[in-house]
Amino acid sequence: MGSRTRLALSALLATFQRDLVVTGREFVPFLMQALMQPLFFLFIFGKVLPGIGLAAPNFAALMLPGIVALTGMIAAMQGVTLPLVLDLGFAREIDDRLLAPMPVWFVALEKVLFGALRGAVASSVIFPLGWVILGSGFAVRTDRMFTLVVMVLLTGLVGSTVGLLIGTIIKPDQISLMFTLIFTPLLFTGCTYYPWGALGRIRWFQVMTLLNPLTYAAEGLRYAMVPPTGGRDFPTLPLFWILLALPASVIIVFLLGKRTFGKRVVN
Amino acid sequence: MSGFANQPENAVVVTNLVKRYAKAKAIAVDDVSFAVRRGEIFGLLGPNGAGKTTTIGVLTTAIVPTSGTASIGGVNVAEDPIGVKRRIAVVPQQSNLDRSLKVREILTFHAAYHGVGRRERGEMADRLLEQLGLGERKNEKVSAYSGGMVQRLMIARALMHEPEVLFLDEPTNNLDPQSRLFLWERIGELRARGLTILMTTHDMEEADHLCDRIAVMDHGKILVNDSPEALKRTLPGSSALELQTFTASADHAGMNERIAAMLRSLPGTARVDTTADADSEEPGHYTHRLFGDNVHLLIGSAAQAIAECGAEVRNVSVKKPSLEEVFLSLTGRHLR
Repeated sequence: MGSRTRLALSALLATFQRDLVVTGREFVPFLMQALMQPLFFLFIFGKVLPGIGLAAPNFAALMLPGIVALTGMIAAMQGVTLPLVLDLGFAREIDDRLLAPMPVWFVALEKVLFGALRGAVASSVIFPLGWVILGSGFAVRTDRMFTLVVMVLLTGLVGSTVGLLIGTIIKPDQISLMFTLIFTPLLFTGCTYYPWGALGRIRWFQVMTLLNPLTYAAEGLRYAMVPPTGGRDFPTLPLFWILLALPASVIIVFLLGKRTFGKRVVN
Repeated sequence: MSGFANQPENAVVVTNLVKRYAKAKAIAVDDVSFAVRRGEIFGLLGPNGAGKTTTIGVLTTAIVPTSGTASIGGVNVAEDPIGVKRRIAVVPQQSNLDRSLKVREILTFHAAYHGVGRRERGEMADRLLEQLGLGERKNEKVSAYSGGMVQRLMIARALMHEPEVLFLDEPTNNLDPQSRLFLWERIGELRARGLTILMTTHDMEEADHLCDRIAVMDHGKILVNDSPEALKRTLPGSSALELQTFTASADHAGMNERIAAMLRSLPGTARVDTTADADSEEPGHYTHRLFGDNVHLLIGSAAQAIAECGAEVRNVSVKKPSLEEVFLSLTGRHLR
């Protein structure tokens, strides 16, 4: 490894450490921000609705993977998008890292890697939270742990790459519009509150959800988490398509985001 | 011009640089060439929109030139931006300090981005904070800092990876006189240590005081490039000898006409302006201004001429052309 490469990698590592230090200091606010919404979702959809007979008793087990996916995706996106919009817009705190001796796209790469870590941490915390809130309704199969870890990591990467792309396109004055026009559709068409297979009766919507990477993350987590009933696995999107779509989304969206990032920082 | 790049005494070399932005009508930088010698403070002056920021953007790897080349320490900016980033440091006009970190961490992380070892960067941060008068407040966040402290901290940060070339963008803009003087002294020390500095400023006094050489830019072109002294000499007949006179004579108007005529006849005088001092209580107070290249040589003969006419000299002063006058004569007086 040349001295040039070593210098670039040590710069990348230092920027990652910087984010660790900063997030570590704000760990409790970070958790609260990431977990407030899933906490209420779990309580209302997993406990209240089945309790008053408006949802099937196994609804909690089907929804839990969706909440893990959603939480991871949002935490990863938020970790990248908002700071990036502000930084590229006017704060320019990123300049110091752009002037570090590494290719400028490493700065984008670090944002994506750190965002994915944030997403994975937020996803992981859903498990103890679900265990506490759902009580007897908490059911996760334990024979697909490896797949589960892979899915959690991929979900984080999907969120942070999408966050990079949005963060490099949106201007500071468009932030509130972004939440309405991008976040909301993304969250509701991602098969988080309903399993994909059940959408067969609304075919056009079922097809549409396939355009959202969150669908594959939620279905992948369902594959890894929902316990079999009567000796039969819960039907999800085929694992093959999930493992094709998630990495493909990560790579394609990252390449697009890297391009828009480059245009914003080097004129 | 292309011979610049091979001379090792040049720290910065810009050759036939052109930058045309995609949607802009005018060319931002239009065939600019200059070199900054090692250990020199070079000032890039010009009205807003003259092309200074674009030129510096190219040198600091933030802007890709349309054509032409720029190099730092012999390293081409477009071909090897990473090699350039190792050699430069940038102090922007507005704070871009990392507000999530504490002051000392801003310095140590900056050094870590540049691959400086852990112990070394800690020692360096403490030393620089001390030198720049920030030692006692190094564990605060920058939100508690004043404008002058922010500027000093940005300079400390820039020095953490020991750059060869320092870019200062209006370093003392909006600072109080104490902070300005303090920074001038520090900047002078950096030059003494051999650092090359390329700065922009709208403060002509600052440029005159600090810069070894000055380039004035306008409309994307460099108009002049020389030492402040040489630039001031380029304004012909612009230094002035000012003489305030008084006479008790009733015919003070006629007497002063005779004085003006005699002053005009002195060899080396380009022009004479004579005005009666309207705001003095008694009549007979006049001010004569002689314009020429070396008016200080005329002090004796001018005073003698006035005495011969029967008036007395109350005050004598020589006004040299300022850099501001040079700047205005080059770039005009209209607003941008």
